[in-house]
Amino acid sequence: MTAAAPRRVARAGTARSTRPARSTRPARSTRPARSTGPARSTRRAGDPRSGWAGEAQQPPGRPKEGTLDGLVASKEIVIACGPGGVGKTTTAAATAAMAAHHHGGRVLVLTIDPARRLADALGLAGGGRRGDARDQGLGNIERRIPDEVFRAATGTSPRGELWAAMLDTKESWDDLVRMHAPNARTREKILANPLYRNISGRFVQSHDYIAMERLYDLHAQGRYDLIVLDTAPTRNAVDFLDAPARMADFFSSRLLRWLTASYRSSVVHFASRPFYQVADRILGTQFLGDIAEFFILFQSMYAGFVERAESVTRLLSDRRTTFLVVSTLEATPVREAEYFARALVSRKLPLGAIILNKVLPTYFRDRDAAQLAEQLCDAAGPIAERLSSSLGTDVGLATRVLEEVAESFLNFGVVARREAEQQADLATRPEVLATVPFFDADIVDMEGLLRLGAMMWD
Amino acid sequence: MGDAPALGLLDRRLLFVTGKGGTGKTTVAAALAQLAADRGKRVLACEVDAKGDLAALFEAGSTDFAGREVARGVVAMSMDTEASLREYLKVTLRIPAVGGLGSLAKALDFVAAAAPGVREILTVGKLCYEVRERNFDLVVVDAAATGHIVSQLAAPQAINDLVMAGPVRSQTDWMLEILSDPRRTGVVVVTTPEEMPVNETLELVARIRAETTTQLSAVVVNRVLPELFGLYEEEVFDALCDHSEELSKLLGGDAQPLMEGARLAVTMRRTRAGHLQRLREGLAPEAAAAGEGAVPLPFLYVPYLFSRAHGLRSMRRIAQALGEELGL
Repeated sequence: MTAAAPRRVARAGTARSTRPARSTRPARSTRPARSTGPARSTRRAGDPRSGWAGEAQQPPGRPKEGTLDGLVASKEIVIACGPGGVGKTTTAAATAAMAAHHHGGRVLVLTIDPARRLADALGLAGGGRRGDARDQGLGNIERRIPDEVFRAATGTSPRGELWAAMLDTKESWDDLVRMHAPNARTREKILANPLYRNISGRFVQSHDYIAMERLYDLHAQGRYDLIVLDTAPTRNAVDFLDAPARMADFFSSRLLRWLTASYRSSVVHFASRPFYQVADRILGTQFLGDIAEFFILFQSMYAGFVERAESVTRLLSDRRTTFLVVSTLEATPVREAEYFARALVSRKLPLGAIILNKVLPTYFRDRDAAQLAEQLCDAAGPIAERLSSSLGTDVGLATRVLEEVAESFLNFGVVARREAEQQADLATRPEVLATVPFFDADIVDMEGLLRLGAMMWD
Repeated sequence: MGDAPALGLLDRRLLFVTGKGGTGKTTVAAALAQLAADRGKRVLACEVDAKGDLAALFEAGSTDFAGREVARGVVAMSMDTEASLREYLKVTLRIPAVGGLGSLAKALDFVAAAAPGVREILTVGKLCYEVRERNFDLVVVDAAATGHIVSQLAAPQAINDLVMAGPVRSQTDWMLEILSDPRRTGVVVVTTPEEMPVNETLELVARIRAETTTQLSAVVVNRVLPELFGLYEEEVFDALCDHSEELSKLLGGDAQPLMEGARLAVTMRRTRAGHLQRLREGLAPEAAAAGEGAVPLPFLYVPYLFSRAHGLRSMRRIAQALGEELGL
């Protein structure tokens, strides 16, 4: 126990020094949600993981700096972002699972659209139709991943709790309207408005906005120690960062005020005539009237929206928040990831880590191995002759197999070198750079998720 | 749909190339444009999300709404909804003095935010316009990723539902006619034999069929790994793994990485074959729904390229592979 104390103090002097509550005592005991969470209270007193003494004997429980382990351990919000098709959702889920398993506390992963099998991996399977995660039990309401799922994967219970939820844009918008509407009449009118229904469901940017909004709301409730957010692949990777500000801008725009104001008055303002003349010719008067009515209704919620948007923006740049940029080493994703990393830095937002997925193993770039492969290519026949009896096959077949092995190695070597080149092009340096090798099989359960997590963890 | 035409993919006038991010959608779009141009067609290649990736594949500088020849026979352009609106106002409504409206961009933001499908219609409208005016033999669209493409293709109908009368109505009608004609317009879905891309492809195909009037013309399966071992060869490889030390001795170096590399290639190939199978089975009912005697939905396989870099060279290799698959 005494041996542990100096290390604790030393650590307190670094990253956590500005947070007194954490720095003077073990992190868990000062964080209400953790200390009162069911996971802690159910822990037996003699459990070595539950107390001071136990921790001192378990230095592996202490996250190392410069690793994802260390980064995530000191954050309350982790946002996984990056181009589409690089394994962002899986990375977010793996990060949350690792944190719940090794760091403890209540961890929530908020996903956008998990694959059926990822929901299965989290133990949330249901009998729904393919692709609709709501039928799998995932929805706006957070659900706890049973400890049994972890036990089945690792043989031990997680230190903390893992929760999961899926972002439902429509439902979240409705919640927002209910919260901000000044009265019941306005609320019902908005919810029933066909334009609103179209916007909340289909307006692409509204998705980004609502993700930020949900994140803020969940964080403000204080029920989780860590929230890992998976973001939708956007047309422009930085769209969602600006979504709250843009939404506020939109509602405060002069154009909007001017339009709705002139529509409110019985006589359309003279100055606005040219616009209406053109708009009428394109859209028709009735439709324009519908639009105006909708915005007049929405303006009643203006103040609430702007205030919220500002809070969300503040939360994103808070030091308790960090961003993981996820990518592969294909040319286009790397370009987008680099662009995104730069956008974070220029907005003074914390670029915590770049996670490179599906990277070919480094042995493909090994020069000795490549030379051996070339040698094998050239001498497959003679080598097969000497091996065929041990292999119990004829020389022809053995030759073909040896050639295939050698050629395949050289082929993948070309790709591995291309990837290394791409990685070198990543100029923006995050706190943590982690590469995850190509998984030979899909991730279908918690074991796979934790196996992936372990590869990027330290 | 009954007389599903024995029509070549490149004989259509308007091809929307879509697919999940990361599947090589842009490269396939560029390759199809290149392939058509190689056969003497005048091609317009349009990038919808304006990231500049399409033009980058031709390695001929950036593009804008006006378009520019990036290869012999290929004009590349980037979609810009504001510019499209300007063009529309000028050409169709003969409203030249758009400047008088103040900030068109802000006004467009306002209307587009309120009316779903406005941006989409400006995108699709421009493409249909190029088809109608016969400025090109073929328009290849590097379209929005899965999901958003459905809103784009369904936009004319959505606008029709919202706006009951007026000049907009007459505009959307001719667009719908072009988009609904399988002889002129088709969707090409690009996928890779991996879990999520296959899931999304199956979903997308179902949505295209249910929510749009545009026909699916082909599925391109990109990055198909070569089969490493044939019949009996895998057994020999297993035996070889057990005798890798003997092989190391014969080669005078550690052969273990070679074995591991081959093992990885075999497992990757096997996992992907499973997803490919799932894709084929998942789309089989779709093909059957197309009717008796209909030409089955063509699957075009593009091999995984062990290439040094991405760019013009790999795009050309993909064009070549597609050409072989199309029997050109």
